[in-house]
Amino acid sequence: MKISKEEILHIAKLANLNLKEEEIDTYLLHLQDILNFANIVNNAPVEGLPETIAANKNYNIFRKDEIINFEDNEALLVNAPEKERNMFKIPKVIQ
Amino acid sequence: MEITQLTVHELKEKLSNKELTISEITKAYIDRINEKEKDIGAFVTVLEENSMKKAKDIENKVNSGEIKGDLAGIPIGVKDNICTKGVHTTCSSKMLENFVSPYDATVMEKVNNENMINLGKLNMDEFAMGGSTEYSAFHVTKNPWNINKVPGGSSGGAAAAVAAGMVPWALGSDTGGSIRQPAAFCGVVGMKPTYGLVSRYGLVAFASSLDQIGPITKDVEDCAMLLNVITGHDKKDSTSENREKIDYTLSLKNNIKGMKIGIPKEFFGEGISEEVKQKLEEAIEKYKELGAEVEEFSLDIANYSLATYYIIACAEASSNLGRFDGIRYGYRTPNFNNLKDIYINSRSEAFGSEVKRRIILGTYVLSSGYYDAYYKKAQQVRTLVQAKFDEAFSKYDVILTPTAPTTAFNIGEKSTNPLEMYLADICTVSVNIAGLPGISIPCGVDKQGMPIGMQLIGQKFSEETLLNVAYTFEQAVKFSENYKPEFKKA
Amino acid sequence: MSREDYEIVIGLEVHAELSTKTKIFCSCSNEFGAEPNTHVCPVCMGMPGALPVLNEKVVEYAVKAGLATNCEIERNSKNDRKNYFYPDTPKSYQISQFDKPLCKKGFIEIEDEEGKEKKIGITRIHIEDDAAKLNHNEFGGGSLVDLNRAGVPLIETVSEPDIRSSKEAENYLRKLKSIFEYIEVSDCKMQEGSFRADINLSVRKKGAQEFGTRTEMKNMSSFRSIVRAIEYEADRQIEIIEDGGKIAQETRRWDDVSGKTFSMRDKEDAQDYRYFPDPDLVAIRLSTEYIENIKNNLPELPESRKARYINEIGLSEKEANLLTASKHLSNMFEETSNICKNHKLAANWLLSDVSRILNEKEIEAEEIPFTSEQLAKMIMLIEKGTISSAIGKKVIEELFEDPKDPEEIIKEKGWIQISDEGAIKEVVQKILEANPQSVADYKAGKDRALGFLVGQAMKETKGKANPQMLNKMFIEELKK
Repeated sequence: MKISKEEILHIAKLANLNLKEEEIDTYLLHLQDILNFANIVNNAPVEGLPETIAANKNYNIFRKDEIINFEDNEALLVNAPEKERNMFKIPKVIQ
Repeated sequence: MEITQLTVHELKEKLSNKELTISEITKAYIDRINEKEKDIGAFVTVLEENSMKKAKDIENKVNSGEIKGDLAGIPIGVKDNICTKGVHTTCSSKMLENFVSPYDATVMEKVNNENMINLGKLNMDEFAMGGSTEYSAFHVTKNPWNINKVPGGSSGGAAAAVAAGMVPWALGSDTGGSIRQPAAFCGVVGMKPTYGLVSRYGLVAFASSLDQIGPITKDVEDCAMLLNVITGHDKKDSTSENREKIDYTLSLKNNIKGMKIGIPKEFFGEGISEEVKQKLEEAIEKYKELGAEVEEFSLDIANYSLATYYIIACAEASSNLGRFDGIRYGYRTPNFNNLKDIYINSRSEAFGSEVKRRIILGTYVLSSGYYDAYYKKAQQVRTLVQAKFDEAFSKYDVILTPTAPTTAFNIGEKSTNPLEMYLADICTVSVNIAGLPGISIPCGVDKQGMPIGMQLIGQKFSEETLLNVAYTFEQAVKFSENYKPEFKKA
Repeated sequence: MSREDYEIVIGLEVHAELSTKTKIFCSCSNEFGAEPNTHVCPVCMGMPGALPVLNEKVVEYAVKAGLATNCEIERNSKNDRKNYFYPDTPKSYQISQFDKPLCKKGFIEIEDEEGKEKKIGITRIHIEDDAAKLNHNEFGGGSLVDLNRAGVPLIETVSEPDIRSSKEAENYLRKLKSIFEYIEVSDCKMQEGSFRADINLSVRKKGAQEFGTRTEMKNMSSFRSIVRAIEYEADRQIEIIEDGGKIAQETRRWDDVSGKTFSMRDKEDAQDYRYFPDPDLVAIRLSTEYIENIKNNLPELPESRKARYINEIGLSEKEANLLTASKHLSNMFEETSNICKNHKLAANWLLSDVSRILNEKEIEAEEIPFTSEQLAKMIMLIEKGTISSAIGKKVIEELFEDPKDPEEIIKEKGWIQISDEGAIKEVVQKILEANPQSVADYKAGKDRALGFLVGQAMKETKGKANPQMLNKMFIEELKK
């Protein structure tokens, strides 16, 4: 599969990354290279095999519906780049 | 007696017969760090004052009988993607340069419950993406055997620190070989446990279905001891396995008579250096001498595993790393007028090139139109890889392969072609894909004196077998008595 | 062509917050209204390294909701990540369910425009985590993120596009809301956002097979706005089509003040959610036994209550329908009649005066400020003759304003009915003396004059005189 420049820019946008003009070609080349290799999964003899959803076979791992308060609320906000009235401040968005 | 050359089981013994005190040990390590760090650059954060204070405190409490425990006062180093409350956890990324975790990872709670002393946080490839620690946003870590060479990665700081005697042992993380490969490059022991054996709670996620925390130690006995500390069911991690606790030190029997070892010939083919192959063959001979039954067989999954690995790991990473958005913690760009700017500029300015590359690859394989061809297929291949291993383990107790195709390469020499770089993970990734345990132990050095690692792979929850097979070899060849890191400068 | 030539096609996605004690993936409190960022922990804040563990009650509640809406329950379910960047989504993905929702292929029965029964299909019900709340910062500019709501458990109920009018949409939502209330999976407090709907709406010419292009209006949380938004949006789409234009598939925002919908350009970016199974969570496998157990323990649903009211209590179908439409109203009816021992009166008061005031105030039954005890007491006061029905109406008004013991209200207001014979006689005599013409009229055979006299007496006593006693005494006096 050949990847276009538009495609990689679209993908970067989805990932909220900005690729500099001079980087685009390199990223494109590398991505193409890796995907060409990764394509071998399409030749693997996997007809009829189920997908592995998780790395192990655990199921029904549930938690009891019991309140446990986090012990250090202050520490949760100490890393905030900008905060006000105990909330995280961001530029205005309309919801 | 050179304290920092001792293994933890030796330190433990000297503590219990009062030959050494906790403060002496901690002091020796702090001195060693101060002496070697400028050459090695293993740390992101050194907790010097903190460690000395804690050593005194623990020492008093042990003396007064307030606390007991074999490992009380034993120092440790921790890879910088494991959350430590009140201490920076950076993942060697500009993104988290100033991040202080509000909580301890479950493994840190366990380490703290043992009253061990965290000497500091160890350098790594940014967000554990890479195999040389050159992708740290802060500095390159050097290999203690030759400081012009890389220590491997991504747990390069951890492996280098153990090899250089800057920490007695360390916790690393392994998503596709990130414990085993640097252990091999630095001539130490590194184990990736079975997926689910060690809680991932508090390990900053790279690829959730592949990540696992594990020990990096000077020898196999220490590896078993540290595994004792960190294993166990954790209610905070849904993928944690609920199994009875095992004392892994009891598995070190120094006897492997009748053990069946499988040698997958595909892992010794193209791309594996001759010197590596040769040392591995010598190791195989040694195993035969020790009474193992060794047989070559075909395990044709290496390329499939590698392709699957990069699809799954990058897909999961692209999602896991979305939370770094400059809103609640982490780097926020100074260049913004609106929300979109915060997202794009913060992420573009603070993530390194390799992290961005993997996010883009991961976003691509999950995006509409490509999901079925890549991600879904990869998940099927994953089932295939597991089935092939199951088949192999119906015949063999362990599988023996090289840990890495080559020994440590020169700093700056790593390929500018990412695909070539990814191919270097060919020996290790299938273990993560199948969720199996794997251990790397040194089995010799190349002509330049750089260590060569041997990987032993077992079926799920066969850590005891792996440790015994590794231990028996270690006792027979005494690698660490014959070879020591020399901090060579050329 | 006119509006009558078009058919409106509506599908609704309803988000209901579950009334569990804790959030869906962490042990933080799920309580509404706490100080900002106090019900948070590393998990719901999306801190590096934190991991989700699913709340068992969330699965149970979702299965309950599925069974109460005639759904099939998925035996092998899982959680999937829905990836998108928004400041209300701390992990940058929502943990939802993609191809294996817990419940699917159900339906509920509602009344259509003509009052006939109509089945509305339910495509699926799945579990997911709610987003954080973005508050506008009225002082310093910008927005402020409060993560208390992040991780609150939701069930999203997706209907088939079976709904054909705003009335049907309202009926569907009221029915769904009452079911969730009955089975106690959600408090459905619309004013707190715990029951809210996304409206997918398109129009097509009557008889057409193909659906038109739809628009979506998100997070609507009042019935009135929903009805208005549907009417407006349908008109807007029809007008565009009539003018030869094309409908753009987009998300539109309903503005309650202007009564219009607006395109949300900032959300126009083509979304690609990149769903994939969440590797931090494990499979959900539900046994027949588990499902049967929930089924056998489902509380009484509105349909069965309705039947009971008609067959056992003797209410009319209309009365039973109205009462059971809201669990709160229905509960109040049962509690009130249990105390005052008069079903008929309890139903009458709830469906007449109480419902009228609810409508006037545009509030829902669960917002009734007074208790069933207070209502029952008021009814008993009428029955005892302490107050008249007319005063009863005033007491109800008062209960809405300042709920307290009705006895206290009537004492404070001086509304106690005058039933003292001497006092009544005094009033009667006074009125008779003041109105000789009416007395003459009555004696001349004009019965109407009695009514006038009684009215005057009521006026004189500000409605407090016992009307039966007044009547009786006037007749006695006039006969003299």
